[in-house]
Amino acid sequence: MTDFFYLIPISLILGTGGLILFLWTLRNGQYEDLDGAAERILYEEDEPRRDWDGI
Amino acid sequence: MSCCVPPPVFAEAIAGPQRVGPAADEILLSSREVDKGVRQTDLSVPSIHCGACVQAIEKAFGALDRVESARVNLSTKRVAVRWKGEAPPPLFATLARLGYEAHLYETGDDGKDPALGALVRALAVAAFASMNIMMLSGSVWSGADAATRDVLHWICAGLTLPTLLYSGRVFYVSAWKALRHGRANMDVPITVGVFLAFALSVYDTIHSGTEVYYDATVSLLFFLLIGRTLDHVMRERARTAVKGLARLAPRGALVEQADGTREYLPLREIGPGMRILLAAGERVPVDATILSGSSDVDRSLVTGESAPAPMEAGARLEAGTLNLTGPLTIRAEAGERESTLAELLRLMEAASGGRSRYRRIADRVAGVYAPVVHLAALVTFLGWMAVNGDVHNAVTIAIAVLIITCPCALGLAVPMVQVVAARRLFDVGIMVKDGSALERLAEIDCVVFDKTGTLTTGQPQLANAEAISAETLALAGGLAVHSRHPHARSIALATGDTIAVAFTNMREVPGAGIEGVLNGAQYRLGRADWALTRPAGTTGTVFARDGDLLAHFDIRDALRAGAREAIQVLMAGDMPLEIVSGDEAVSVDAVGDALGIANRSAGVMPGGKSARLAALSASGRRPLMVGDGLNDAPALAAAYVSMAPGSAADIGRNAADLVFLRDNLDAVPQAIAIAREASRLVRQNLVLALVYNAVALPVATIGLINPFLAAVAMSASSVVVVLNALRLGWSFPGRSSHTALLPAEATA
Repeated sequence: MTDFFYLIPISLILGTGGLILFLWTLRNGQYEDLDGAAERILYEEDEPRRDWDGI
Repeated sequence: MSCCVPPPVFAEAIAGPQRVGPAADEILLSSREVDKGVRQTDLSVPSIHCGACVQAIEKAFGALDRVESARVNLSTKRVAVRWKGEAPPPLFATLARLGYEAHLYETGDDGKDPALGALVRALAVAAFASMNIMMLSGSVWSGADAATRDVLHWICAGLTLPTLLYSGRVFYVSAWKALRHGRANMDVPITVGVFLAFALSVYDTIHSGTEVYYDATVSLLFFLLIGRTLDHVMRERARTAVKGLARLAPRGALVEQADGTREYLPLREIGPGMRILLAAGERVPVDATILSGSSDVDRSLVTGESAPAPMEAGARLEAGTLNLTGPLTIRAEAGERESTLAELLRLMEAASGGRSRYRRIADRVAGVYAPVVHLAALVTFLGWMAVNGDVHNAVTIAIAVLIITCPCALGLAVPMVQVVAARRLFDVGIMVKDGSALERLAEIDCVVFDKTGTLTTGQPQLANAEAISAETLALAGGLAVHSRHPHARSIALATGDTIAVAFTNMREVPGAGIEGVLNGAQYRLGRADWALTRPAGTTGTVFARDGDLLAHFDIRDALRAGAREAIQVLMAGDMPLEIVSGDEAVSVDAVGDALGIANRSAGVMPGGKSARLAALSASGRRPLMVGDGLNDAPALAAAYVSMAPGSAADIGRNAADLVFLRDNLDAVPQAIAIAREASRLVRQNLVLALVYNAVALPVATIGLINPFLAAVAMSASSVVVVLNALRLGWSFPGRSSHTALLPAEATA
């Protein structure tokens, strides 16, 4: 069992990474227009998203 | 997927030559500077409903000069436009051309909700911690040796402490507030349980014990936070959606200074005695007297009268009335705070009836439940002390009781259902202010309607278009299109968009009608006694050539779409109905007869309306008030629960518990049906949660539950409650517009 202890910090680091990523997407406003995001993926024009830091 | 064509025709777009939307000054006033030289204007466009709308609007705005960027938010139905320069680009005209009606969205706050952000962050941290602790606890319970177990326990403790401090704040603060006021709410046992469990677990970890409660405490916080967040999301969404609708009072007015210069001043700077220039189509900003000019004034939102009244110099205007036909110079008689609105606000405060006395189901359950949990834990502790006198053992079991009975599923039982119900209502265009409104709506036993703007559209419509020859109608439409008078608009709307009649010498006579010359003949459209030289035995609105009658227009305030069906559904559900209107008896009787509502009263003042609602409440009834006007606002506040259409005066919308955004009156029976089903599911959920506790409590009391089982059982019961809530709406196939009321016994 103790041989596998190195897995614990790895899993914690991965989990923390996920948490930080989620908090970043939250701050970045990616959950502010969920309906719109679902529609926008269907647009034909594939223009790069203009820099938009929050509505 | 629905689509956007044909664009809705609305009155603003028909009255072609006139300005569309608020004045440039008002747009400038409400915009905010986001960057050097770049301003942002937020518009609320309630009719955005699909991806094609998003694309059309963003493209049209992108093509405008000086527009930096435009982004549509489909969820909130708002557009954020960034533009450069001194004057705003023609935003409203562009939207009108596409067929969208827009309103300026309040600035001041930037649309972010700090409380929600804090809740979601707390939830995310709790989710992370509970996942990892569960994983580690899993290995402990699958049989780790003593040394490994202690290491894992220490890691769990390290994860739990910051989570408790960060994610649990919302509960500690609420529990502390309740305790300070000498009350006990659900958060008190949560806080006590969480801290005792953590303290005991740390003690056991230090002494290399086998049973620790890290997993249970953290997953408890996680599930409870889900409930809190959902509750918050629901209230916030409705609030912002309603906030984005049209304001009744403009943000400012064009003031003429003593030296003759004109300046656009924000509303709060306008004081008594100022001279204000009021163009046709603008709302009166504050209570005022007309100095010069004459016009027709639409007072329907303020008094409930459906017909516009002609007004001349010397007449008093209430704030919020709409100047229709002629420019006016008015003198402010009061500031913003002292206007008619203030009087209504006072009435509303005095009236707030049913809702202040109402205690939410969750609070009522908590009031009983919290003392029971504390008592059970205490009795368990004393009982085990008496049995074997082992303090550690007694405390462990008492904490197990506290944790297992912690109202995890109970905390989810109500908000989960209400969030699902609010989502269903949102899909059919109905906003709910909060969960308590849903609970109250399920309990109503009679419905009181306002007439103008609620049962009717508040927009007059031409009733006899078929009886008039197309040629005459087109001529009349050619004149009517140049007027803002609601009767003229109804004629213009009836003629469609083939209007290309070139009248000359066109002139609008406020209070009378509009006239013009074509091929040497003079045409008049307006009141019979003005347009006709020889009395033709007709009153109302006529169209005349050189004083001879060409056509008589039968213009009525049409019933709101779906009014008949909605009333039928309500009557089929044995719901007593009543009309209380500020309009004159003739029009009230016409609407009452058309809908089959016998119980009606006309000419009721705002105070009288709220008195009627108060009388109903006093006699033990639970009335639902549906109304839109300023004059309804006190009654909306006095009712047990209230609904207003999205077209209502903003003060009325704020007073109402529910706001329906689509024109169809079907919203009323639909909302009641969904509220009743939600109420049934809430009760089922409470029973499910309590049954789980009733089973778990005795097992925990005799000390047979271990912490891991407690955590698993707690999660399982929460999931069951959530799944049950998701059943809401299954019995409404395809969200049809005709929904029968559920039997009332479901709410008993």
